[in-house]
Amino acid sequence: MGGHLNINHLMFLGQGALWTIGLSVIALIGGGIVGFAIALARISPLKSVRIASAVYVQLIQGTPLLVILFLGYFGLAAIGLKVSSLTAAGASLTLYVAAYLGEIWRGCIQSVPKPQWEAAEGLALSRIQRMMKVILPQAIRIATPPTVGFMVQIVKNTSLASVVGFVELMRSGQIVNNSLFEPFAIYAIIAVTYFAMCYPLSLFSQKLERRMGRGRSNLAPA
Amino acid sequence: MSLQLDFPAVLERWPHFLAGAALTLELAAFSTVCGAVLGTLAAVGRGAHNSLIAGACKIYVEAIRNTPLLVQIFLVYFGLASLGLKFSAFTVAVAALTINVGAYTAEIMRAGFEAIPRGQIEAAEGLALSRLQIYWHIILLPAIERVYPALTSQFVLLMLASSVCSQISAEELTAVANYIQSDTYRAFETYIIVAVLYIILSLVMRAGFWGLGLVLFPRRRRLGTPL
Repeated sequence: MGGHLNINHLMFLGQGALWTIGLSVIALIGGGIVGFAIALARISPLKSVRIASAVYVQLIQGTPLLVILFLGYFGLAAIGLKVSSLTAAGASLTLYVAAYLGEIWRGCIQSVPKPQWEAAEGLALSRIQRMMKVILPQAIRIATPPTVGFMVQIVKNTSLASVVGFVELMRSGQIVNNSLFEPFAIYAIIAVTYFAMCYPLSLFSQKLERRMGRGRSNLAPA
Repeated sequence: MSLQLDFPAVLERWPHFLAGAALTLELAAFSTVCGAVLGTLAAVGRGAHNSLIAGACKIYVEAIRNTPLLVQIFLVYFGLASLGLKFSAFTVAVAALTINVGAYTAEIMRAGFEAIPRGQIEAAEGLALSRLQIYWHIILLPAIERVYPALTSQFVLLMLASSVCSQISAEELTAVANYIQSDTYRAFETYIIVAVLYIILSLVMRAGFWGLGLVLFPRRRRLGTPL
């Protein structure tokens, strides 16, 4: 019982919130790079690559993030690597985000209309040219709204990094609570802070989706 | 770099792992059923003419979908406690998971409702079906049929998310793992086993929902739409 919530506590929570954003950015960039590779591997002409990437996605999507975090945390230690909780959390979130973004982006790449693929082939573009110059520019447009929507999931999921001792918003809330013991008030503040981070992203994603919907209906063949 | 894995030392605790997996399934089952009902009600509420009800449902859905489950669980846990109500960790976990999945279900169901062609409802009115009959036969059942795949993957995600309940000491699979690893000092092996168990659970759930879909929606099966 250490008195009342004061400015120092709020500063500490604010610092935690910054780490939540930092970890989200790490997870988004890391997961984005690996996820892009997964998306391409899922539609690879090589069957073995397709199967391997599909197995990866199934394994990650069938395991809770909490368990993946523990595996990353204890697994890296088990092979003799001394890692900080930031590294463990960043690596685990990267693997997790990659599986989901990979699947989202595969869907977006495959939803580029078939005639575009055929036309590119008809123009004798190589596989790489076809991807880079024809398919991906269109796929990125389709992929933007769901990707922004998934960023909400990333921000929320970083809260689980608290269990491996990484001091982000959730963990800093728990630490403040340990000295004040006003759990309901403190977790309410934490919840509002998460909401303030996530809701703008949700709204932005919805707005992009609506704009896309308009654009697509204009493009639709008569 | 020396990696020595000793699975037998951990695997001899298999009764605990099984009990944890059973409790995880139980948690998922209870909150799936309650959450489906709550979510459907919230989806109906969002379309209500009364703007107070519609607004309340919108706030519920947005508040839940934009905050982490871990925070929600703690809020329910300590919120009930500060009201002087004492419940078991299991009850609190079911309540928090229900509130959580209800919001996601509401969004999915709303998409299903919006996909019902207006003409079908008008046709039903023309056939003098009662409001209740229209809601049940023309709106609700076809909407569920349409969004069934999205619903079921949400429920599998819920089962996985229930691992977070270990943080309020509900004795489900992840909590069992935390306990066993602190007892055996074999953390990596323990979590590998638990990961495999979760993968099996999610495969079992998906197969179960697929089978249920075949029974519930014979029309969909005839049309050859993937479930």
